[in-house]
Amino acid sequence: MNLLLLLGIPLLTAVLVLMSRNQQQVKWVSFAGASVQLILSLALYYYFQKASASGATGMLFQQTYSWFPTWGINFHVGVDGIALAMILLTAFVVLAGVLVSWNVEKMTKEFYFLLILLSFGAYGFFISLDLFILFFFLEIAVIPKYLLIGIWGSGKKEYSANKLALMLMGGSALVLVGLLGVYFSGEERTFDLIKLSQLHLSPLTQKICFPLLFIGFGVFTALFPFHTWVPDGHSSAPTAGSMFLAGISMKLGGYGCLRVATFMMPDAAHQYAPYIIVLSSIAILYGAFATMMQKDLKYINAYSSISHCGFVLLGIGMLTKTALTGAVMQMVSHGLMTALFFAVIGMVYQRTHTRQVNEMGGLMKSMPFITTILFIVGLCSLGLPGLSGFVAEMTVFMGAWQNPGMFYRIATIAACMSIVVTAVYILRAIGKTAMGPIKEEFKNLPDASWNEKLAAGVLLAGILAIGLAPFWLNDLITPGTEIIINKLTGK
Amino acid sequence: MTTDLLILMKQELVVTFIIFILLFIKIGKGIKNETLLPLIQLLLLTNFVIGFFFNKEGILFGGMYNTTALMVFQKNILSLATYLISLLCVGWLKKSDHLAEFFLLMLSALLGMFFMISAGNLLMFYLSLELATIPIAAIANFDLEKRRSSEAAMKMILSSAFSSGILLFGISLLYGATGTIDFVALPALLNGSPLQLFAFIFLFAAFAFKLSIVPFHLYTADVYEGAPIAVTSFLSVVSKGAIAFIFITALYKVFRPMEEVWYNMLVILSVATMLVGNLFALRQQQFKRFLAFSSIAQVGFILVGISSGAPEGLSAVVYFVLIYVFSNLAAFGVAELISNQTGKETIDDYKGMYATNPFLSWVLAIALFSLAGIPPTAGFFGKLFLITAGASKASYWFIIIAALNMMISLFYYLKVVRAVFMDKSEQPIEKINIPASAKLALLLCGAGIVLLGILSWVYDYIVSLVK
Repeated sequence: MNLLLLLGIPLLTAVLVLMSRNQQQVKWVSFAGASVQLILSLALYYYFQKASASGATGMLFQQTYSWFPTWGINFHVGVDGIALAMILLTAFVVLAGVLVSWNVEKMTKEFYFLLILLSFGAYGFFISLDLFILFFFLEIAVIPKYLLIGIWGSGKKEYSANKLALMLMGGSALVLVGLLGVYFSGEERTFDLIKLSQLHLSPLTQKICFPLLFIGFGVFTALFPFHTWVPDGHSSAPTAGSMFLAGISMKLGGYGCLRVATFMMPDAAHQYAPYIIVLSSIAILYGAFATMMQKDLKYINAYSSISHCGFVLLGIGMLTKTALTGAVMQMVSHGLMTALFFAVIGMVYQRTHTRQVNEMGGLMKSMPFITTILFIVGLCSLGLPGLSGFVAEMTVFMGAWQNPGMFYRIATIAACMSIVVTAVYILRAIGKTAMGPIKEEFKNLPDASWNEKLAAGVLLAGILAIGLAPFWLNDLITPGTEIIINKLTGK
Repeated sequence: MTTDLLILMKQELVVTFIIFILLFIKIGKGIKNETLLPLIQLLLLTNFVIGFFFNKEGILFGGMYNTTALMVFQKNILSLATYLISLLCVGWLKKSDHLAEFFLLMLSALLGMFFMISAGNLLMFYLSLELATIPIAAIANFDLEKRRSSEAAMKMILSSAFSSGILLFGISLLYGATGTIDFVALPALLNGSPLQLFAFIFLFAAFAFKLSIVPFHLYTADVYEGAPIAVTSFLSVVSKGAIAFIFITALYKVFRPMEEVWYNMLVILSVATMLVGNLFALRQQQFKRFLAFSSIAQVGFILVGISSGAPEGLSAVVYFVLIYVFSNLAAFGVAELISNQTGKETIDDYKGMYATNPFLSWVLAIALFSLAGIPPTAGFFGKLFLITAGASKASYWFIIIAALNMMISLFYYLKVVRAVFMDKSEQPIEKINIPASAKLALLLCGAGIVLLGILSWVYDYIVSLVK
């Protein structure tokens, strides 16, 4: 299958959106584009399974085109199971995001254009096998986020947009320096990920470049203490913006940490693993406790995202096969879950015009569908078996426990404890929102419309597919993590 | 010889020819601006197009003048920029009483730059540099009724006279130390003796003046602010570009034996230039001043590329200047349209502009993103290649500073984007009437910004010229 289709469809959609004459056209074009993209991703999954069944391993569907040959840059794309999982996640979130934004009245065309552009950057990022184009796609996604928050956001949106753009830009500056360090260390000047991973980079290069790359990508995925853009950015963004930010954009960082930093520099990964574990454990606990203090639904989800993304980094830091698989699963699971969470919050906010937990109550009576989804997603967040959150976090914990040694055990136990805290804040928030006496002004609020139901359904399907039958995702990811682990253990 | 002369110096000859046509027009009966301006635009377009034909490399006048395919391309970039300026600034130009004189002077400066790029001798270089500077000072004064404009011209002429003095001093010291001022003969005679170093530093300082490298940048902002936008854009794009080209030739070809010396100087100056340019740009309200400081910061990035000392550095700089032409001219073009029709020039005035002028807003945003180095605009590739070229030799901290400066610069570029797209205003700028030629130029700039990066063959072409 031609991977360039994954880039072509969003690009075509974006162009068609720009050419559309009215709001209705814009929406339907985007909806059609996102649907085609989802079908395409599922088809990619099908072909990938077929190819894997016939014995193909490693990066499949590779294509290389020469681009700036003087610098040794190639437009080199390909996917393995990890990338494919991320692509599937992106396709689900984008479709839901498009559906949720159906009521955007202000500058609709620009809004959808930026959403599609953002998804374009994410698809490109996940299929890149050349570090230059990977960086190119990483940065493409920054400006749409800035504009989405700044124009369509709420609250102190300019501040949040600026903070987000600058912090992410700072992160990518570090990534850039790390990439250049890697680029100039080998005999051959190349940005090719496969070629670079086969070289053994010198210890000094690894020592300098690994932290640069890991922190740089870590900024995207809320690595403590570079997480400060997350609460502001997420809470100020419009609904679809938050969904994309937490669901896709934060995963760019996790994927980069895994695929670029850890995969290319195994020695340094071992060397720096304790630091990663400490920082991610802090993020997990700090995120969880900070969430307890929040009254605003969006802030609750934003801070809990810091906590949940900590599991991704914890999984990477543990450097065992199961933990890495868990980290990827957590990325997918958290992406779906948090996108759905933000979507539901958006739906509630649109009706009640408040996001403060204290001001709501009894919403179950007026909008049963929305609150049911809120319950499901909340339970997923606190790790109820049968939903995706449990599967992913459980895998991370199991992988983490495989590491002998007091240090790893303590970190694992500390991370486990956050689940209790999660249960507290999730149940409290949802309980206050959905249960209890209903306020007079909320009595006649309408329940979800068709587009919202469809959006929730799409994401819920993903969550249940992982939660009830995790094997397919596990089988998809494991060959990819196996390659990384073999590289790490020097096999 | 004669045919050689005609073909090798074709670009200079065409510009001279245009200058003469303008002179005759001026002497004869007055032609209305409405007819004269399209004629000039046509002539400038011809000048640009001719640059692509009859290319030949060679040396003339005993080494005083030489030309290569790369130099022809560099001159083409400058011709293109001049043509774009003539398109963008139609509103202001049409109102001018001295249209023919304006282009007379501007083209004289362009001619000077052409000779400067082709110079093979320090004397030739000095003469052409003067030819490229003095007319600009004259046109900086073209807003005759504005005091700021004459102030700008005065500052420009004084500071360039000063830097010319320094340059001459450096040249004479160098001549005293080596006995030659020929570019080909010089490198063999350079041995890094104290006198030569002294001379080199003077030469370097003169270049730094013209490129407005910190700490020789102090005149820039005032001149940019006071001069008419047509002149400011010419100064910041064409003049800077030409000096950057000759600067890199001088360092790479003539002063190659002193590479260690200038490498260290470049690293220090580049860090200072980026930081000062960026930090001062943060606080600017006046859009022209803002662009002045941003262009200082951009020069800092150019120095990162130059510091590589390798052919990659040269190609990256030429490529960056080409992109810079499109990005900066687009930004100046929008500023010119707004300033000409409403008189508004501060960033606060741009608030809420998106509601009334979506086209201009997008052009401005794309231009600023390109200046900030955000993909998919060409500026991303330009900056990245400069940094990559610089990284081939530099230490990590130098590259980290350069990369972090991209972040600082993003902050203030976003400030303008925020004013245009997000801020509300009681009185946004009313709908601007965009003349057809300005629209064409803005579209050309936009296309250039978007396509120059994605179409990698443009860069490949430059690389093939450098080799």
